[in-house]
Amino acid sequence: MTAGPSGPPERILVVGASLAGLSAAHALRAEGFAGALTLVGDEPHAPYDRPPLSKQVLRGLFSPDTTLPRRPELRAEFRLGTPASRLDCEARTVTLADGSTLPYDRLLIATGTRARPWPNPEEASLDGVFTLRTRDDAARLSARFKAGPKRVVLVGGGFIGFEVASTCRDLDIPVSLLVRDGQPLAAALGPRLGGLVGTIAQERGVDLRLGAEIERMDSEGGRLTGVTLKDGERIEADLLVAAIGAVRNVAWLEGSGLAADEGGVLCDGYCRAIRANGDIVPDVFVAGDVARWPNPHQGEALVAVEHWGNARAQAEAAARNMLAGPATGLTRHDHLPDFWSQQFGLTIKLVGLADGADSLAVVHGSLDARRFVALYGREGRTVAAASIDSARWLPAYEAAIREGAPFPPIEGAIDQPRLRIEEP
Amino acid sequence: MKVVVDLNRCQAYAQCVYAAPRHFVLHGREALVYDPSPDEAARAEIERAVHACPVRAITALPDPAGETK
Repeated sequence: MTAGPSGPPERILVVGASLAGLSAAHALRAEGFAGALTLVGDEPHAPYDRPPLSKQVLRGLFSPDTTLPRRPELRAEFRLGTPASRLDCEARTVTLADGSTLPYDRLLIATGTRARPWPNPEEASLDGVFTLRTRDDAARLSARFKAGPKRVVLVGGGFIGFEVASTCRDLDIPVSLLVRDGQPLAAALGPRLGGLVGTIAQERGVDLRLGAEIERMDSEGGRLTGVTLKDGERIEADLLVAAIGAVRNVAWLEGSGLAADEGGVLCDGYCRAIRANGDIVPDVFVAGDVARWPNPHQGEALVAVEHWGNARAQAEAAARNMLAGPATGLTRHDHLPDFWSQQFGLTIKLVGLADGADSLAVVHGSLDARRFVALYGREGRTVAAASIDSARWLPAYEAAIREGAPFPPIEGAIDQPRLRIEEP
Repeated sequence: MKVVVDLNRCQAYAQCVYAAPRHFVLHGREALVYDPSPDEAARAEIERAVHACPVRAITALPDPAGETK
């Protein structure tokens, strides 16, 4: 059965009360939905913003309360601190952990991700070993930062690892950053710019270890005292933050019939959930970090991205499609991936997908000045643009990325130096 | 109040920093740091910042009724 949604909805249920869930709820009201709207969240907090957690919240700047603004016309019921435990697509109900059952006419799945736990549970439970994903994580870690740790070990070569390392340096805390790969941030930025960020981190006093892995954690009386690396070296540290990625919250969908696994909850380009047998589930939608969908900017490859901008855009597309009647066209989710990171006083931004790029050209500024826009090319097409401290010029390249404009871009324009095409 | 800035949109024109200097700060050339939960007393200042932003990146709303920070 791939019939359209069944009549105008009276009850909409959003499972997931973070950025995607709240954005969808706001969009539903903005589109005129006047029925009952319920948001279910596993955390006890009202929807809050996560990007500041690794930066200003850890550093203790301004308020740690990053609760997202809610419009007065939202009129939503929040069921917080009660995770969903089961979905029955036939009965159109979601069961919560407290046993209550919520019926829906339309459902949005926006359960997001959680921090990937450190794989060794004994080490993970040591005093001083942290992950960072929630407000509560940030509050606990921030308290430990205030107490003045001897040294922090960060595990993971992604943006959160670098942002926390930057925060440590702002607070004058010694920090070692362990990156398993030979280059940091290579998947997001490519080896060239990832390497540049690594160099900047080192200049700011981060003890950056490339190709480094932990053999074991050392402890005394249940407290972390240090780590021993695979090459035998020991680093004394009383705090460790494992920033080793995220796990998608899909366990509650077991038995629902939806195509959901560790790669995310599969949906089509209109955010409609898909069953394991390939059928579209007309009244169930997916958005945010947990969604896996065909990305038109990557040849319709199935992707899941953990980006703030995508969570909002996909939630808004899903909301429109939840309300679309038989005569209304569906909205394609065609958001161009984008993200930002702030670290070491720099703002790094990216639009498009740099993964798989085969060439790079700096089109504004210079790497030496640490102020530039660089374009990424793949097989003669422009696929992404990255900037450091040049956010004003980045949007100018979005159209080129959307249409896959030829790469290299026009050369010899009077307002730019000769472009040098480099390895990415 | 509750404030969120779409930092994908933000282009560091710093107009919010002039409008509400106690609640918006630039670290370095472009890294905007802001108060996500300013006091209700700062409302006029915050709203000036919202309107001053040339890329409309700032959302600021009063705390929902019955909720205080």
